[in-house]
Amino acid sequence: MKLEKIRRLLRDVSLIAEEAYNAPFRAAVARARREQDDLFMLLIFSEMMGVPNPASYYTLELQPIMLEKFHDWHLRMGLPHSPLDQFKCC
Amino acid sequence: MNAIFLMLMGLGAMAVGYFVYSKFICEKIFKVDPNFVTPAHAMQDGVDYVPTNKYVLWGHHFTSVAGAAPIIGPAIAVIWGWVPAFLWVTLGTIFFAGVHDAGAIWASNRNKAKSIGAVTGDVIGSRARSIFMVVIFLVLLMVNAVFAVVIAKQLINFPSATIPVWGAIAVALVVGQLIYRKLINLLVVSIVGVIALYAMIYVGPMMPISLPEMVGPLTDNETWIILLFVYAAIASLLPVWMLLQPRDYINGIQLFIGLGLLYGAVIISGPDIVAPAFNTNVPEGTPSIVPLLFVTIACGAISGFHGLVASGTTSKQLDKEPDLRFVGYFGAIGEGSLALAAIIASTAGFATLADWQNIYHSFGQGGVGAFIRGGANILESGLGLDETMAQTLLTVMVVLFAGTTMDTGLRLQRYIFQEWGAIYNINWMNKGSIATFLAVGSCLLLAFGAGGDGAGGLLIWPLFGTTNQLLGGLTLLVITVMLVKLGRPMIYTLAPLVFLLVMTISGLVIQLKGFYVKADWFLFTLDLIVLIAAIIITLECVATLSKTIKERNAATTEGE
Repeated sequence: MKLEKIRRLLRDVSLIAEEAYNAPFRAAVARARREQDDLFMLLIFSEMMGVPNPASYYTLELQPIMLEKFHDWHLRMGLPHSPLDQFKCC
Repeated sequence: MNAIFLMLMGLGAMAVGYFVYSKFICEKIFKVDPNFVTPAHAMQDGVDYVPTNKYVLWGHHFTSVAGAAPIIGPAIAVIWGWVPAFLWVTLGTIFFAGVHDAGAIWASNRNKAKSIGAVTGDVIGSRARSIFMVVIFLVLLMVNAVFAVVIAKQLINFPSATIPVWGAIAVALVVGQLIYRKLINLLVVSIVGVIALYAMIYVGPMMPISLPEMVGPLTDNETWIILLFVYAAIASLLPVWMLLQPRDYINGIQLFIGLGLLYGAVIISGPDIVAPAFNTNVPEGTPSIVPLLFVTIACGAISGFHGLVASGTTSKQLDKEPDLRFVGYFGAIGEGSLALAAIIASTAGFATLADWQNIYHSFGQGGVGAFIRGGANILESGLGLDETMAQTLLTVMVVLFAGTTMDTGLRLQRYIFQEWGAIYNINWMNKGSIATFLAVGSCLLLAFGAGGDGAGGLLIWPLFGTTNQLLGGLTLLVITVMLVKLGRPMIYTLAPLVFLLVMTISGLVIQLKGFYVKADWFLFTLDLIVLIAAIIITLECVATLSKTIKERNAATTEGE
């Protein structure tokens, strides 16, 4: 019973510490991650935009997975409509 | 008088402020609404807008606003005696800072959690917004320059702190990697990190490290300042998770431990205050207490910088509107209690009045050094810590704060340069490294331009205070205009606003005269820029308020 209590207390303290560590920097970290993702997106769709990509055989497989995020990505890149003729997401 | 009594009076008054005055302000004036959908919910995106538990948010807000400034200001200002500093910190926290901080969150929260600069643009006008940018830039510039000077001075005065101060960076880097790669549980990492830091504080006094008096053509002071900026420039370019995030976290823990130790030692040892209540025998060259007291203590009584944090990040994470009372107002009280600790340490930490006068032999002396020496004496008699170790502990506390502020400050300055680059189509200014270089360059120019070998950097402390107060004034203006538009009483924000503007402008004029007499043209120009900004802001206040009041009156007569 007591052990259970201590365990719960530790878990709570751990959660608070976790929040205290992450909350102030959530935005900055998420933004940095998004920047990396954007570069990755560019690599995957580079062949379609006329940039030769030696790994296109593999990146082609990833395209359907990334498609969901494609619309947000081209908006972020300052393109109001899809830059690709094949993909008309909007 | 006994310091315990002073402590109880100060903390008691602030508690009354929180339970009575802040309740009144939030419920009757801001009329916070538990049903209001806060931007954190309305625009939740998991990045900027995240509803956050109010205790976590308070911790984040408090540790972001609390820095070295609420220690430096009061420690300088006790030169006029402890009563004026004590009254300004306590009453300032209750009637100025608390209302300002909570108000900034409220104003931002009611405007889609925009930053206070953007809200100024919406509520007042684009001209006020441009002034806001300039004032923010000046505040950052001064804070970086002053903090570099302060840190350098402490590293020379207390060489035992060199190892823990620089070692803390290594600890933070390791902690950052461990957490980022999810190698160990955060709780374990924090305990290990804090133990490592305190172990270095223990080792520091055994191996004091100081630079040689001359490093090439530079004095040790100049070398430290340059080294600090090199560090801050590199740190501000690193990803936040690598250094800033773990550093901030450890600083936060350290702040609570430090405050706890200090207040605990005061209770145990119950030292008497040796400094005079009102110092009638101030050293020559000390400026007049009014208005300089009110700009020397900015953070700890009211600080415009809080408005930036409150509206920049805190308001985007506010879960329920009533939480802003705890987060904003109680955050200001946390800062006030830090300032109170600084007052106690630098007035009660000395054995005799002569010792105290020895430290405070001229204006701008004493300061952080007095806080560290006095605080260490209290820690020694209260907790039985070795004097050098206690000094090291407090030096590390101040320096780590100031260091993190420099890191963040340079980052923000870089963003401003980059933004200017984007606005005016200057492509090269857009680059991170070049913008950082410009930021560091401008800070170094200020640190060295202010006085010979950079040691004169503390001369700009009151100037920093005035600029900071101006920023606070702008935020109060925004809140007041919003209140007038809503037809609510404006006296609770207008009175602090008028007081601030009067003190700021008279303080600037007095300092301007001082710089003119000393023929210090560099600081004269800087002062003049701030003064012009202050006058424009005052005019803006009068124009906007009279226009808003007229509009409201016209609307009510039409309504009748």
